[in-house]
This record gives sequence, C-alpha cells and structure tokens, in this order.
Amino acid sequence: MANMIEIKHLNKYFGDLHVLKDVSLEVAAGEKLVIIGPSGSGKSTLIRCINYLERPTSGQVLIDGQEMTEKNHLAMVRTYSSMVFQQFNLYPNMTVLENLTLAPVKLQGKDKDEAAETAMANLKRVGLAHKADEYPQNLSGGQQQRVAIARALCTKQPIILFDEPTSALDPEMVQEVLNVMVELAQENITMLCVTHEMGFAREVADRVIFMDDGQILESGTPEHFFEHPDNERCRQFLSKIL
Amino acid sequence: MDLFDASRWATTLAGMGDLWGGFLFTIEVSLAGLAVALVTGTLLGVMSSTENRALRVISRVYVEFFQNTPLVVQVFLFYSGVPQIFRALGHTGTPVRVAPFVLGVVGVGLYHAAYVSEVIRTGIEAVPKGQMEGAQSQGFSRVQAYRYIILPQTFKIILPPLANQALNLIKNTSVLALVAGGDLMYNADNLVSDSGFLQGYVLCCVMYFVICFPLALLIKWLERRSKQTPKAKPTPAAGVAKEA
Ligand SMILES: Nc1ncnc2c1ncn2[C@@H]1O[C@H](COP(=O)(O)OP(=O)(O)OP(=O)(O)O)[C@@H](O)[C@H]1O
Ligand SMILES: [Mg+2]
Repeated sequence: MANMIEIKHLNKYFGDLHVLKDVSLEVAAGEKLVIIGPSGSGKSTLIRCINYLERPTSGQVLIDGQEMTEKNHLAMVRTYSSMVFQQFNLYPNMTVLENLTLAPVKLQGKDKDEAAETAMANLKRVGLAHKADEYPQNLSGGQQQRVAIARALCTKQPIILFDEPTSALDPEMVQEVLNVMVELAQENITMLCVTHEMGFAREVADRVIFMDDGQILESGTPEHFFEHPDNERCRQFLSKIL
Repeated sequence: MDLFDASRWATTLAGMGDLWGGFLFTIEVSLAGLAVALVTGTLLGVMSSTENRALRVISRVYVEFFQNTPLVVQVFLFYSGVPQIFRALGHTGTPVRVAPFVLGVVGVGLYHAAYVSEVIRTGIEAVPKGQMEGAQSQGFSRVQAYRYIILPQTFKIILPPLANQALNLIKNTSVLALVAGGDLMYNADNLVSDSGFLQGYVLCCVMYFVICFPLALLIKWLERRSKQTPKAKPTPAAGVAKEA
C-alpha cells in the first residue's frame, strides 16, 4: 500500500516547550491508526500537524507524497483531510444541514442541491436525517458528535482525523458514536484516531501507537500492543487504563 | 410655579422652529456619526483580533486614547487643532473653520469608534476558539472563517451593545452645543437665553427622549432575542433531499 501520510523528523515547540521530538510516522492509505498515550504527551499536536492547525517547527509532513507548506496547506486540507474534535465544533448559528453543506458549497463549488443531497445521505448514515433542520444546541452530545462526523464525510477527503471524539460525552452516549466510527472503518478511508476506547482500538485498528513525552514509544498491531507490548512505560500506561 | 406658567410655554413654543431645525441637525449628525463609528470601530475591532502585533498595538492605542479622555476635550482639540494643521500645511488667508456638521460627525464618530471597537473585539473573543479550528480543519482560510462562521456569530452577540452605543452617541452629539453649535441642545440653549425661560430645556429633553426611548426599547428586545436558542428551521433544500 502506498503511504497516505509521511511524517519525517517532526519537531514542535510551544515557546520553550518541546512537544514533539523528532517524530517520524508513516500511515498507509486506508489504514486505521489509533494513537494512545498519557495527557500532554503530544497526541493532539501530532494529528493537528497533519492538517496544519499546528505549524511544525521543523521536519516534514507529506500527504500523498506532497509536502505540506505554509503556502499550500489550505488546498491540501481541502483535498485530503477532515477532522472530528472532542468538543464537536459545530457551527451553532447554522442548522445541522447548513453545517454539512457550508464547506462543500463555499470551498468545493458544489451547488446547493447537490450538497444537500450528500448531506442528507451522510446524516442518514449516522442516523440523524430527521434532525437536519435542528440547531446543534438542541441535540444531545452524542448526536452532535455524529453530526460532526457526517460533516467530516460531506467533504469527501480520504483522511479523517479524530481527536478524542468520545471524551466529552456522557458515558451512555459513547457507544452510539463509536458504532458510527466502526461502521466508517469498513471503508477505504484513512483514519487516525486519538482515543482511549480500547475496545474500539482492538476492533478497528490496523495499528496502535503509544506516545509519551513527545515520542512514539510503541507501535504494533492491536494484538501485539495489548498482549505483549515491548515498552515498559506503555505497559504501565495500559495497566492503568485497562 | 414657573414651569407651569402658560405664557412662558406660549413664548417658548413660538420659538419651536429653531428647535426643530436643531432636532433635524442632531439626527443628521447622529446618523453620519454612527456610520463613522461603525466603520472605524469595526476596522479597529478586527485589527485587535488579528495575529499581527503592529495592528493590535495601533488599535489598542487608539481605543485607550479615545476612551480615557473626555469627548468634550477631544472636540475642542479638534476644533482648534484642525485650522492650525491647515496653516502648518501652508494654507494662507482666512483660517479654515471646521463646519459644525463635520465637527459633530467626526467628534462623536471617532469617540464612539473606540467603544464599537471594544464591542467587536469582545464579540469576536466570545466565539469559542474551536469555531476557528473547526473552520480551518475544513479548509477555510482565516478570512473565510471570519466571513462565514465567526462574524455571523459575533453579530448576534454585539447587536445589543452596538445599539447601546448608538443611543449614547445621539446623546453625546449635544457636546456640539459647547463648541460649534447647530444641534438641538445648542438651539434649545439659545431659546432659553433669549426668553429666560427654562421651558426650552424641557422641550429639548422631550425631543431627545422621543429618539432615545424607542432605541432603548429596541436594545431590550435585542438583548432578549440574543439569549434565545434558535428553533428548528425548515429549509427548502432539506425538504427536497428528504423526499428523494
Ligand atoms: N497552543 C499551545 N500553546 C502552548 N502549549 C501547548 C499548546 N497546545 C498544547 N500545548 C502543550 O503541549 C503539550 C502537548 O499537548 P497535546 O495537546 O498535544 O497533548 P495530548 O497528548 O493531546 O494531551 P491530552 O490527552 O490531554 O489531550 C502539553 O504540555 C500542552 O500543555
Ligand atoms: Mg489532546
């Protein structure tokens, strides 16, 4: 499989704080990658470098063989990646449908009806077609996150980045979102997911990586990862959360 | 009591023509001043929200200057300063006088621009950071994100305080009475000095009230509206797609 994402010797500083330390990572097209690690280890920063929400201090991020730069990052994001956030980040002043059609219409030049059709299809997929005309505030957290996933699908990029998509949810709503993600994983889409939902990782991940202190310390299939991780800190971390 | 003296009222009401003239002038100055305040203030407010440090500093200095000196002093300074600037630029002959209209518009316009700027800035800051990130993660540039996502949200938050600025601006045009004149307060003052009866001030109050009170009601309504959560809104496009 060709590499969809190649990260080479990536360093990121926030002022004096060295958050990513010479990180290199390759993600194959269609691969489902789960990233775990303790709070502050740089997981979010790593995936946010992939859509340029964070600018790398040094090193390279290549997507589909093309280096992401200050100049081309917007075009690259439009073509290659969408993101689902912990806090959903839906646009509260727009209805669900408007949330889903804004980027396709304004950025991808789709006409309104076509965008609405795609939006309704994706809403149906996450089980929320009947909420198309609602405003996000009137939905539960789980529903909002499913809308956010549908929104990410509407722009049809080959990569979806998830940053702890279930961490802000009440426990009873976690599963409905995970179900949508599991279903999504059937597709040839490249998924990078920061999460502590180990059941999800076992079920869908092709590979799990463990980050600590700005470095990737362990990387392997879920079986390898959960049964006999090589790294000591990874073992400790797993024993705490499992 | 003098206030209820019918003959005094009759004399004052006979001079109403001047008051109406001032009333109209005050409205004109207010509208033009509001336009100046909104345009300049929005520009300054957006500047203070950019990532460019120089722009932020310029905006900050402007706001602090205009908010921390009295409007009356600013208007006096402007009134006597501008002719001198013209002279310094080589203008000879009769000194340039700032027309009352211009003075009023620029005076209250620039003064309230500082407040409008703060309203805009706080409005922008009130929109959570995640909105910009969400927009950028979809490929919107910062400018597009402001245009399509941030500013429409800001708008709803800032309408009540902006209307409040408009109300204060109207009242503050009365500062003209102290300098160049022409406005409602100035004409009322003339009327009172000519007749010696304070009825002119009462009428003047009534006239300001007639403009300002409805505005105050509007502000209350806007405030109530900005707190409501929106209800579902059927869009034609959704209907079509649902049937399909
Ligand atoms: N914008 C920022 N400015 C300064 N420091 C930051 C910024 N963003 C993140 N950091 C710091 O960088 C480090 C890594 O943050 P990051 O959010 O990537 O961690 P994380 O692994 O996602 O943690 P969590 O599980 O809590 O989300 C942390 O110490 C954090 O405080
Ligand atoms: Mg994080």
